[in-house]
Amino acid sequence: MLSYFLKRLFSLVPLLLGITFISFLIIHLAPGKPSYLKEMNPRISAEAQERLIRLYQLDKPILVQYIHWLKRVIKLDFGNSFADGRKVIVRIRERLPITLLINALSLFFILLFAFPVGIISSLKPNGVFDKCTTLFVFIGFSLPSFYLALLLMLLFGIKLGCLPISGIVSFNHSQLSSGERILDIAKHLILPVSVATFGGLAGFSRYVRANMIEVLKQDYIRTAYAQGIGRGRIVCKFALKNALLPLITILGLSVPGLLGGSVILESVFAIPGMGRLLYEATLSRDYPLIMGGVVIGAVLTLLGNLIADLCYAWADPRIRYQ
Amino acid sequence: MYILEVKNLKVYFSQKGKVLKAVDGISFFIREGESLGLAGESGSGKTVTALSLTRLVSHPYLLSGEVLFRGKNIFRLKSADLRKIRGAEIAYIFQNPLSSLNPVFTVGNQMIEIIRLHHRKTKREAEVYALKMLEKVGIPDAYKNLRSYPHQLSGGMNQRVMIAMALSCHPSLLIADEPTTNLDATTQVQILQLIERIKKEERLSLLFITHDLEILRRFTNRVAIMYAGQIVEIGENLFEKPFHPYTYALLSARSGIIPEQGLKGEAPSPFAFPAGCRFHPRCPFKRSICEEKEPILQEKKKGHFVACHFPQTMVK
Repeated sequence: MLSYFLKRLFSLVPLLLGITFISFLIIHLAPGKPSYLKEMNPRISAEAQERLIRLYQLDKPILVQYIHWLKRVIKLDFGNSFADGRKVIVRIRERLPITLLINALSLFFILLFAFPVGIISSLKPNGVFDKCTTLFVFIGFSLPSFYLALLLMLLFGIKLGCLPISGIVSFNHSQLSSGERILDIAKHLILPVSVATFGGLAGFSRYVRANMIEVLKQDYIRTAYAQGIGRGRIVCKFALKNALLPLITILGLSVPGLLGGSVILESVFAIPGMGRLLYEATLSRDYPLIMGGVVIGAVLTLLGNLIADLCYAWADPRIRYQ
Repeated sequence: MYILEVKNLKVYFSQKGKVLKAVDGISFFIREGESLGLAGESGSGKTVTALSLTRLVSHPYLLSGEVLFRGKNIFRLKSADLRKIRGAEIAYIFQNPLSSLNPVFTVGNQMIEIIRLHHRKTKREAEVYALKMLEKVGIPDAYKNLRSYPHQLSGGMNQRVMIAMALSCHPSLLIADEPTTNLDATTQVQILQLIERIKKEERLSLLFITHDLEILRRFTNRVAIMYAGQIVEIGENLFEKPFHPYTYALLSARSGIIPEQGLKGEAPSPFAFPAGCRFHPRCPFKRSICEEKEPILQEKKKGHFVACHFPQTMVK
């Protein structure tokens, strides 16, 4: 098991190199240059711009630039953002906690609701409960999140006036006591987390339902009934563990999404998160910042897959890695 | 004394708006300590019959008639009372041992579950008891195999595990639904001998379902032949003196003595059975009444019932 893990971990390295190289290539080949920075930010002087071009060797061939970048990244130096000259790591570190918080919370609520909803609808496929959740899922899938966000803002923020509609803290946040601060952030998070949960819940509850329906048809479930085991125990112990297996893969794939942040949601709710940071970085061709985001995303995607595989081996005794 | 009595059992399913008559009005009994064999082509309703005896059929469109187990009507029991009969009084062995065991739990885990369900035992006691049961059904290295997963064992071993699980709560009726069909020949013999041995040791009554008539001849006291959801013939010494042309055809198809008398055509669709006798389209002895009037089971000889307008006395 350990040697399998190490082997897998090692094989991620060329994959990571490939991902970063292709991303590097694409973003550098895209029209627009950071040396247009001056037009976008008049405070940057011509010398500063020259210095940037020299520092990042923007006048060299792309391959040289990539190797240069790679050399620094190996030392965990992602460079400085073109936009304000601060370290990429620092800029990402500022934005990461809030995105992580929102995504972790919504993933938590998605799992919390998706399992009961999926399991109950699988017990009576096409029953009343299942029909209702199907409708709900249909709405969840087809309703754009920004539209739902706007509706909720209108209802809770403006009509009822009970929830804040933008940002993550109130303007008087700094004057509040620490207990009130947490409450303040929690209040700001309710709407974005709800919207993110609603969209994800639709899909995940369907996965749970589909897997459970499939598992409940299996012979070993019939055996369990024939042995006199109660329905609740059969569903929650014997069926659920089998139905969990395919969900592990899906969960593994959602790990990088934890840091990804949604540009649309963050824009609607004016949340300073990763999504907007990377979106703005892309628009201004802030190469170091973009590549910083790419590396983090790629590492998480690969790690997520690896963790999913390991969990799979742990949960399914039929899988044995050589 | 009957341990099980089935009266006019009907099990229908609804598929795409059409009614599928899997079992259509069958009656039989099993005496205390007796082995009844149930034979017939695939799709004749054998497995559905076996499952409906403890209401295991899922989502039937109709489940009617009476199943009396020691005088108690299974179809009238509350589900909590039914669960006390399932496993503890009536136990099953199924066709595919590997798929009938849960792939993600160890053999021991699954055995302990059912032992503790029906007996007051601590986990430790249940494990000791499970070991004893595994040894009883001839599983070598029981301690190691208790910690194995079903996929790590052979088909024969898994079937032994199924038998150990079935026996672990001392049932009085064992229902074996094609328990040897997917096993290789030598394993088949071993499993059959095991079932025969435990039947004697535990004084079990047995309902043995198979399409292998040779097994029934050796291991059962009486045999019922099913065709198109009905019992067409039931009795002792069925194989020596069959009365129903279908039984005769099954026997000759097996022995291959008179190949031209073997079965022609296919079993009728359970969505639309032919009028009259359901066997008439394939019957070499049919007359006009066979196409109009459905024959009922009648006692032809003592304890030997046949559903045929013109029962033949055919000696093989």
